[in-house]
Amino acid sequence: MSDAPADMSLMSPAQDAGRLTTKDGRPLKAALAAAEAQAKRKAFFLVLPLFLFVLITFVAPIGQLLHRSINNPGFTTHTDISSGTKTPIMVNIRDWFDANPAGTPPDEAAYEALAKDLVVLRELKAPGIVGTRINYERSGSRSLFTKTARKAAKLEPPYTEALLDIDEDWGDPQLWSVMRGASSAYTLNFYLAALDLTRDETGEIVSVNENRQVYVKLFTRTLVLSLLITFVCFVLAYPVAHLLATLPLRYSNLLMIFVLLPFWTSLLVRTTSWMVLLQSQGVVNDALVATGTIADDSRIQMMYNQTGTIIAMTHILLPFMILPLYSVMRPINPSYVRAARSLGATSWTAFRRIYFPQTIPGIGAGALLVFILAVGYYITPALVGGADGQLISNLIAFHMTKSLNWSLAAALAALLLGGVLVLYWLYDRLVGIDNLKLG
Amino acid sequence: MALPSHASTLEKVWHKSYLVICGLIFLFLIAPILIVIPLSFNAEPYFTFTEKMLSFDPTGYSTRWYDLLLTFGMDQPENTRDSSWWADVWANAAWVNAAKNSVIIGFFSTLLATVLGTLAALGLSRPEMPFRRAIMAVLISPMIVPIIITATGLFFFYSMTGLANSYVGVVMAHATLGIPFVIITVTATLVGFDHSLTRAAANLGATPTTTFFKITMPLILPGVISGALFAFVTSFDEVVVVLFVAAHDQQTIPRQMWNGIREQISPAILSVATILVIISILLLTTVEILRRRSERLRGVSPQ
Repeated sequence: MSDAPADMSLMSPAQDAGRLTTKDGRPLKAALAAAEAQAKRKAFFLVLPLFLFVLITFVAPIGQLLHRSINNPGFTTHTDISSGTKTPIMVNIRDWFDANPAGTPPDEAAYEALAKDLVVLRELKAPGIVGTRINYERSGSRSLFTKTARKAAKLEPPYTEALLDIDEDWGDPQLWSVMRGASSAYTLNFYLAALDLTRDETGEIVSVNENRQVYVKLFTRTLVLSLLITFVCFVLAYPVAHLLATLPLRYSNLLMIFVLLPFWTSLLVRTTSWMVLLQSQGVVNDALVATGTIADDSRIQMMYNQTGTIIAMTHILLPFMILPLYSVMRPINPSYVRAARSLGATSWTAFRRIYFPQTIPGIGAGALLVFILAVGYYITPALVGGADGQLISNLIAFHMTKSLNWSLAAALAALLLGGVLVLYWLYDRLVGIDNLKLG
Repeated sequence: MALPSHASTLEKVWHKSYLVICGLIFLFLIAPILIVIPLSFNAEPYFTFTEKMLSFDPTGYSTRWYDLLLTFGMDQPENTRDSSWWADVWANAAWVNAAKNSVIIGFFSTLLATVLGTLAALGLSRPEMPFRRAIMAVLISPMIVPIIITATGLFFFYSMTGLANSYVGVVMAHATLGIPFVIITVTATLVGFDHSLTRAAANLGATPTTTFFKITMPLILPGVISGALFAFVTSFDEVVVVLFVAAHDQQTIPRQMWNGIREQISPAILSVATILVIISILLLTTVEILRRRSERLRGVSPQ
């Protein structure tokens, strides 16, 4: 309405003969804009309640998780469990860290600060918590803290000798490097740990000891297994989807039940079924023994290893591949292939040059979806995966429930989340989430 | 699909083997689900077919594992089965209590997800919705983000806000997980929705509320119901969030199964699995009927 004069309301319809107006004298353009704005508002307010709900129950928790991955106040603030009061701790030693650059060997002032802080810790009954924080990055530190804090009140100068007397680990440069890292609540050290990296005495980033490198290996395994499962799903889904798409509808609707029933069946039920089937005393092994394919004493170990994870996950994710393939294959006009054949192409050439290229969108949609779901899988690997069939999700759960290193769990989760979101963005760009179909 | 009569021998052989391959893949899809049904009637505590079962000897079959579902956790399972015995089942049996919890949580999270999700889908399917794509991406993301990440985030968030260990927390989390399904099914029903119907209603003097309940609602109802069923199944099958944020005494069926599988897998798990398979068959049938009804209502005939 940039072209509308400012005193529009003062004009009578007669003066404004060239313009179309509504009955109440408003120019049509303005009336339309108002109506459109109102429609926009209406649509927006319909979505708003759900959007706020998801913000609270989903986006905020994810935000909290990301915050947790870069923030661990274990060495800086003590929260009393019953009253909830927060007390700053390790104040003296943190001041010393601030005053001296990384790599400075600890002097008497540093040991004196440490001894003072340990006395405070003892009064707060917090040496265990602080020790646990250091223990995440240097094992054996928890007992070091609790042991020393017990004797801290009786320590006398020179503190260097006094502390080293209690345990000579206090002279370990690595311990000091870890404490320096923990002296700020905000740290990227958990991301370093999640990538098998650490800081050496001088603060340089280096790889951790080879026998302690687990996370990169596990990320790689998750990636490789997910790719493998996606590929197997594709190989199994393609012929089935093709059959369903080319059969007359009354047959294909019936056969579709075979695809949709697994889709609707509880994940735990399907995993249980596979455990029953794949056990060494299970149905598959029994059948193989009964038919004489294998001897009774050489039953195949198909569960509690990678094989179990791959078989069960392929079964569970297969419908997610079949359905997008089917919806792309169904509308493909069969006369294209017929035309190719009548022009002299062999059936293989006709498939390869004419049919297959038309199904690529479906392959992309299915493969992306299966891959996205596979990288984050938790339940099935946890139940049938054994030791070498575990994926990155299982390690996150381990750190959440067993080792209680929540910040590391959060950092691992954040890395996984980043990968999944990139794939999700890709899926939205290539396929569009509106095209997601459920049965 | 039939081959033309001029097909070469090679093509005929290939066609036959193709059908066999497809048959095997269908078997791979369905066999694991159906296999638990006969095994749940095993008289022995084994996970395989005993010789008696294979020879269809009636003594090889029993319903003892179904009985265990009722008696497990009861105060006096040995008493005569009168009304007080059944009252004991209702009050104390572990699986019955888990089922009660699952249904309560499932019902409220479905209600929440369906109401909010349907409203949002109505807004999202309007062409004038601003930031449509971005908002849709956010609302669908609970389905895409790995459940362990959601559960971890909820654990941190709920322990800070005091929602941990409460029904409200679990219901809200499950509603969030069910919302993508409601949005997808309802927006799918709204594709091709004839907006001139609502305009006609308005023209004939109906208020927006009347129009919604008399015109829009009956047309999108099949989609809403299938979305609700999806949301219910999602909640009914969810274990990770429950493990992370629910209190120890808030057992649900999946949680009880999870514990059962991890600790001592007993054939009782298979009888639960059988019941769940039967439920999913019923749900699938319902959704299929609804889908056809919706297609008929909207005049979209299947190709």
